[in-house]
Amino acid sequence: MVTSFSVNGKEKTVQVDPQKPLLWVLREQLDLTGTKFGCGIAQCGACTVHIDGQAIRSCVTPIASVAGKAVTTIEGLKSKSDEQHPLQQAWIEHQVPQCGYCQSGQLMSAAALLSENPNPNDADIDQAMSGNICRCGMYGRIREAIKSIAGSSVADQFYDAMETNHG
Amino acid sequence: MGKWTRRAFLTTGVMAGGGLIVGVAMRPGNQAGELSDLLGDDGGQLVHAYVRIDSDNTITAMVPHSEMGQGAQTALAQMLAEELDADWNDMRIEEAPAIGAYSHYSIGREYLLKGINFPDFIVPSIDGAMVKLMDNLGLQVTGGSTSIRVTGSLGMRVAGASTRQMLRQAAASAWQVPLKDITTDNSHLVHTPSSRRQPYANFVNEVAKMTPSQTPEFKKAEDYKIVGKFVPRLDIPSKVDGSAQFALDIRRPGMLYATVIRAPVFGATIVSIDDQAARKIEGVVNVIELPPAQSNMMIGGFQSSPAVAVIADSYWTAKKGRETLNITWSDVDLAARSSTDIFAQFARDITAPEERQSDRLQGDTPTQFLNASKVIEADYTVPFLAHTCMEPLNATAEISNGQCEIWVGCQNPLGFRKAVAEALSVDEDKVTLHNQLMGGGFGRKSLPDYAIQAAQIAKAVERPIQLIWSREEDIRQDFYRPAIQSRFRGGFDENGKLLVWENTYVNKAEPTEAPLIPYAVEAQDIGHVSSPTHVPFGAWRSVDHSQHGFFTESFIDEAANATGKDALKFRLDLLKDKPRHLAVLKRAAEEANWETPLAKGRGKGISLQESFGSIVAQVVEVSIVDKSVSVDRVVAVIDPGLAIAPDGMKAQIESGIIYGLSAAMYGEITIQDGAVVESNFHDYQSLRMSDAPTIETHIINSGHELGGGGEPGTPGIAPALANAVYAASGIRVRSLPLMKAFSS
Repeated sequence: MVTSFSVNGKEKTVQVDPQKPLLWVLREQLDLTGTKFGCGIAQCGACTVHIDGQAIRSCVTPIASVAGKAVTTIEGLKSKSDEQHPLQQAWIEHQVPQCGYCQSGQLMSAAALLSENPNPNDADIDQAMSGNICRCGMYGRIREAIKSIAGSSVADQFYDAMETNHG
Repeated sequence: MGKWTRRAFLTTGVMAGGGLIVGVAMRPGNQAGELSDLLGDDGGQLVHAYVRIDSDNTITAMVPHSEMGQGAQTALAQMLAEELDADWNDMRIEEAPAIGAYSHYSIGREYLLKGINFPDFIVPSIDGAMVKLMDNLGLQVTGGSTSIRVTGSLGMRVAGASTRQMLRQAAASAWQVPLKDITTDNSHLVHTPSSRRQPYANFVNEVAKMTPSQTPEFKKAEDYKIVGKFVPRLDIPSKVDGSAQFALDIRRPGMLYATVIRAPVFGATIVSIDDQAARKIEGVVNVIELPPAQSNMMIGGFQSSPAVAVIADSYWTAKKGRETLNITWSDVDLAARSSTDIFAQFARDITAPEERQSDRLQGDTPTQFLNASKVIEADYTVPFLAHTCMEPLNATAEISNGQCEIWVGCQNPLGFRKAVAEALSVDEDKVTLHNQLMGGGFGRKSLPDYAIQAAQIAKAVERPIQLIWSREEDIRQDFYRPAIQSRFRGGFDENGKLLVWENTYVNKAEPTEAPLIPYAVEAQDIGHVSSPTHVPFGAWRSVDHSQHGFFTESFIDEAANATGKDALKFRLDLLKDKPRHLAVLKRAAEEANWETPLAKGRGKGISLQESFGSIVAQVVEVSIVDKSVSVDRVVAVIDPGLAIAPDGMKAQIESGIIYGLSAAMYGEITIQDGAVVESNFHDYQSLRMSDAPTIETHIINSGHELGGGGEPGTPGIAPALANAVYAASGIRVRSLPLMKAFSS
């Protein structure tokens, strides 16, 4: 079956089994390997991407359900001015990644959180981020990195990035 | 081309294309030939096996350790840059490839396995270090928290200091000025009286002709500009934009995907495979049987059952195919088929005095027990644990014209290469291994079963293939952290002084000192019995310390409680001749406000553990509300001698604590009917952000020998947690995971 959707602002058409999860379409058909496989059953969050601005687990999202929608992956996470997203800068500043494997998913969950709620409290952060496992245990640093930009004007830049993706 | 002298530790050599090598020649022969491949044709100059200076004055540290998140590569480069007085902004890191010149692995293997004399080409000054190195799992193996301690101290620092010394000599000679007037600054040579200044790169050809010093003068710690300071990790930017390449991200032209299943019951073999349904799935290319794999290597030896592989045009298709397989496995006659049986077996075997082997025997324990005015006893158990690296096991292999190329993230590149060569029945030089970033390692990626499977599949299908294990396979086919039972008896005099410590446990592995205690207890009898199970086991972050840290630091707490003494004071009284331990423990208590009582339902627990050369104390604060345990805060203090990369050290302690806390709270692999019950993160839980405590890490740079950082955070968290739970609730948890005690 042919499915069309946009990824990071570009139109894509793939011909695959409609049940094939978005994760494997991204990795195998579109060569976007920044999105990771961790569990295959939406338990770990390593495969988190955005569909129309919402964080979803791409390992359990059939490609057919993505038709006509806008997908953003870690490769497309940017600020309004096409530079590094403020979260990515915060991640570097707080030296968050250890092995780094889960961090694409962590960043996508955090970006979706901030675009919805630019000023989250600890409970909001827990709620949004507890679907993402980090086996290196960098939860404290992730939390601090999110809080370092929460409430600031940079936090809402992601809205704009999403809008450009629709175009 | 310079000669790799037979006895040299450091040596120089000019490479083809005008390059220069100042190498670590660990064995005689033609290493330089192999190394020349690394230089490429960009005119790069390889100065030392650990260092290359390019014509644009960038300096590359060739790091013989893999990166699994621990940050060792950056820290090793810091050690090199410090002694070389390099400009950190122009430093690069490359992981050394899997060839013999970067490893003492093959030497270690020969030495250890064939019983030959210690190789004479190792200069006497480093003999002791070499023995220690092999003892610590070999050189290119990343594990045992050895990177900084061994490679850093013996390789990077020596390489840096020696190269700097030669550069100074070269400048003095070129400028015809006294050596004493030549100093270095940010990768430049400086003639102090005239302020003349030139980059290192201008002098590498002169250095090539020199003989490096085996014992160069090191900088004084107070002069350090890079070591012990915060420097941003060099690998982090690529890990925030999806560009970091892990093994799973390798793409080869025409590549197929594969997944595997091994017998759920360890040791079972394949009787028959019904793959009709799988072969009907569009995209499934083949279903094949993989022979059992094994290796008798000293380091990384293992045995694993045969497997069935499904090869398809997509991992997802291969996985679908795998789920339709109907495989009949052989019956295995197992004495203990379930976890209950296994722990019953431990409980039986632990009482077999004739089989007991001693780890430490001092003082007269029987008499002390007879004279004791109070005796306490306790039994502890910990379960099997899986590693669950975030990146499921995977490897990409391609075999053509008799050459095998393999891309894999692993903790032992040379060991993997050898194991793959053995499995394919080819010479090692027919296998090229490209080691990749690891999405976690934790010990699991030191065993090569998954790389062997990838090579077997590539050979069978004659196409490049990427083998990806499902998470279910990852959890059910691990080499598990062993389950252990440990039994204690302690005796006190009438003043509550601990006089005698008796401990017997099942199944000893490594490191040998893990069950030993630092406390000055006069009579000690620590020993173990063997009680083998059919469950495969391997190294798990901090290895035996992960179990014995829980056992010994829980029992010492019980001893304090039994005599009504404060848990901190009780320990301090037994550590009078251990100033480093005392300092660490006192600092942790101070930072955690140990003396300040907490509200009802809350409690503090403390632990002390020395492992991998570092001493760590932890204080945990918990709250218990309606039988729900919340870990609020962890204060950790580590004395690693000197933290090369303080922020990296803190990150590793945080990481080790969360890893150990996941296990202490939730971790349990259950065996039922011979097979693992758990399958994925829903039933083998990992700590999540909502459960994560705040962690405060403090470092004491005592100036002692360097200790590790990757593992020492892990052992102390479970006992500090259990001790805190006792303080908060009066419930003594002697069996992990803790949640089992609070689940009803």
